[in-house]
Amino acid sequence: MIDVDQLRVRFGDNEVVKGVSFQVPAGDSFGIVGESGSGKSTVLRALSGLNNAWTGHIAINGEAVGPRRDRAFFRKVQMVFQDPYGSLHPRQTIDRILSEPLLVHGIGEIERRIERALAEVALPAAVRFRYPHQLSGGQRQRVAIARALIAEPEVLLLDEPTSALDVSVQAEILNLLADLREQRKLTYILVSHNLAVVAHLCPRVGVMIGGQMVEQLSADDLRGGHTRHPHTAELRSLSVGLEEVP
Amino acid sequence: MSTAFSLQWLLTETPESRSQAAWGRRYRAWLALRSNPLAMIGLVIIVTFVVLSLAAPWLATHNPGAQDLANRLARPSAAHWFGTDELGRDLYSRILYGGRVTLGMVIAVVVLVAPLGLAIGCIAGYFGGVVDRVLMRVTDVFLAFPRLILALAFVAALKPGVESAVLAIALTAWPPYARLARAETMTVRNSDFIAACRLTGAPSGRIILRHVAPLCVPSLVVRITLDMSSIIITAASLGFLGMGAQPPSPEWGAMIATTKRFIFEQWWVPTIPGIAIFLASLAFNFLGDGLRDVLDPKQR
Amino acid sequence: MLVDIQNLRIAFETRTSVFEAVRGVSLNIGTEKLGIVGESGSGKSLTARALMRLLPTNARVTADRLTFDGVDILKADERAMLRIRGKRAGFILQDPKYSLNPVMTIGRQVTEAWRTHKGGGRKEAKEAAIDLLAQVRIREPRRVYDLYPHEVSGGMGQRIMIAMMLAPDPQLLIADEPTSALDATVQAEILRLMEDLVSQRGMGLLLISHDLPLVSHFCDRVAVMYAGRVVEELAAGDLSKAQHPYTRGLLNCLPSLIHPKPRLPVLNRDEAWLKS
Ligand SMILES: Nc1ncnc2c1ncn2[C@@H]1O[C@H](COP(=O)(O)OP(=O)(O)O)[C@@H](O)[C@H]1O
Ligand SMILES: Nc1ncnc2c1ncn2[C@@H]1O[C@H](COP(=O)(O)OP(=O)(O)O)[C@@H](O)[C@H]1O
Ligand SMILES: [Mg+2]
Ligand SMILES: [Mg+2]
Repeated sequence: MIDVDQLRVRFGDNEVVKGVSFQVPAGDSFGIVGESGSGKSTVLRALSGLNNAWTGHIAINGEAVGPRRDRAFFRKVQMVFQDPYGSLHPRQTIDRILSEPLLVHGIGEIERRIERALAEVALPAAVRFRYPHQLSGGQRQRVAIARALIAEPEVLLLDEPTSALDVSVQAEILNLLADLREQRKLTYILVSHNLAVVAHLCPRVGVMIGGQMVEQLSADDLRGGHTRHPHTAELRSLSVGLEEVP
Repeated sequence: MSTAFSLQWLLTETPESRSQAAWGRRYRAWLALRSNPLAMIGLVIIVTFVVLSLAAPWLATHNPGAQDLANRLARPSAAHWFGTDELGRDLYSRILYGGRVTLGMVIAVVVLVAPLGLAIGCIAGYFGGVVDRVLMRVTDVFLAFPRLILALAFVAALKPGVESAVLAIALTAWPPYARLARAETMTVRNSDFIAACRLTGAPSGRIILRHVAPLCVPSLVVRITLDMSSIIITAASLGFLGMGAQPPSPEWGAMIATTKRFIFEQWWVPTIPGIAIFLASLAFNFLGDGLRDVLDPKQR
Repeated sequence: MLVDIQNLRIAFETRTSVFEAVRGVSLNIGTEKLGIVGESGSGKSLTARALMRLLPTNARVTADRLTFDGVDILKADERAMLRIRGKRAGFILQDPKYSLNPVMTIGRQVTEAWRTHKGGGRKEAKEAAIDLLAQVRIREPRRVYDLYPHEVSGGMGQRIMIAMMLAPDPQLLIADEPTSALDATVQAEILRLMEDLVSQRGMGLLLISHDLPLVSHFCDRVAVMYAGRVVEELAAGDLSKAQHPYTRGLLNCLPSLIHPKPRLPVLNRDEAWLKS
């Protein structure tokens, strides 16, 4: 489904992603972990078409995509951002935010689709005509997920979707994401610095450091400690150490 | 009973339809504006001025052009409520008719300038790079000219008159708005919510028009209302130099300009149009401030 | 007892209603490490700010007792508060970006902090500042001394904040989500650093966070807040014996690396938690 080969991204003279390659089969989900600044978001932005200063090879559904994407691409691939406070337009109602993708793609039945999208992410119909600042962080992230899914994409790119949320809300959002993937046969790429979150949702995980993907392993190997790269082992031991409740 | 029902319909927390939500929003905005006394004072003054100007033919006691040299510079009296000017024309009637010219010019300038500045600023800020550099250099050129001189040159090239004055002022007034809109655009163009718009596949024009520009409007509104008085003054200066409204057509700024030498002996002659300009500018400022608060839904 | 809070209530009045954000919190802090945990909006920050009298002006504070080292915070005059804030108690906020002055070098800011409280000459203060930077384990304190805040990473910025707060030898360090903006690796380092410094210097620590397992690693005691109340207070080591369903819910809903769960249990909020 997604095939990334030797992806490189630079900002000026600073190469931030240095030849990253991975594949994600259709209906699967792939996790990317790493410290902040390791280039995780940059990989997602190149994939999603937000950044077009990259070199290498990206193919979605077997079709190679260039730096510029056509509208059909954006029906297939959507993204959810980390900060639910910054990813919704502050001056638009939820209704307006959700109808925008439908208007752009000329999809009809706006009323029904918005109602269904809100129901799908378990938001009450009453939020429909509210503004983002009238919602809680978790509700906003649900709106962001609903917006990403409303034009029925096949691929969802998730950039730290729960990092800005409380743990109780995180659990709800992670369950929601798991359910939606099941129902809609979606393909996910999930970026996070939290190993437990990534391993919870993704059977395969790639570890990034300094713009390189130094290791790809299964979530079970990660859990079991069968790591090859020392950085993976370090991240794992930290995560395990903090998890143990005295 | 029926008003209570419709108010409930407007103010409900759970609107049924998009139009109900929109009307509810407008009504709430109106309530917010109404609870701001200064904004309401501003609105009342402006509406009064506009109505008085439009109704000038019925309200005026004299023909605004009729001279009566025997009775020049008369004090306010029952015959001439605001007195007469240096040619014996009735000031009250001239103020009424002058409102048409002055307010008309101001409104025309704003209608021309605001969309132009907004468009140029948003386009420059959103695209950045070469587009930004070219547009901003053009803006700089217009900014670098002294306003009045550029306007003069422009009017001189056309024929003197209200329309040319409006065009000339518009030509010199847009750059600050473009700058302001550009600065606002730059702060939002890298935000996630604009990135999300780009991910819908919307073309740049749509993103700028529907998502970026509305965010620039509140600060632009405030800036424009603050500039109203200086637009009136520029219009007056052009009129004074014979390039704006042509005599005998009354215009508040020109009325002050031609009579300012009487300020000590017959002070009411230049002071009355001065008060009109002052009230209009103040009212626009009050209204602008109130509008800014209302336009930002976070304030509610 | 360094800090004694009895029945603290903080309310916000709006035109139409009164909203009580903190509803009767009682806490004691001695020379120990106390963690306050709870979801956002539960009133953690307000409680800490009340202690320094740094609340928004529209907040109404009442308490049966609110003392810092014997000083009554509710009655103390502004001079007494100035002596407490920044001098006898240090306050570290979530994001160092907003707490450091962007146009002043790091060295100057730390030096100023030291001189404000200790006086002394420029030379002496500079050496002290470099020593402080070294104490918070900045590797090249002399190089970092001349950098500006935007030239350092978030973790480094937070170390610098800690260095500045330590300058006057405070008795209490209040850290409000000090590592929420940082990576897991850096987060652990910073918390360990704070823990060490606090133990070495015999200070009290009030650590506020939404991450229950994390806090329990670095504190002696944990107070769990929910909707403006402390619903449970326990020794960090007894977390697994937590009684309150909210505390248990917070622990259960975390995804785990070693004990995978097919589905995360979600927190079912009970109306009864708001009472009691
Ligand atoms: N627009 C940009 N311009 C310049 N540098 C950038 C930009 N975006 C990201 N970077 C740099 O790229 C590196 C990787 O960033 P990012 O992909 O956001 O990391 P992560 O998501 O893993 O935290 C960082 O060092 C960051 O400073
Ligand atoms: N200035 C304020 N005005 C009104 N309400 C406020 C203000 N500051 C905080 N609150 C409310 O108080 C509650 C607790 O806030 P806070 O202590 O900041 O929570 P947290 O536990 O996330 O630190 C929140 O519900 C918040 O909405
Ligand atoms: Mg990132
Ligand atoms: Mg807080």
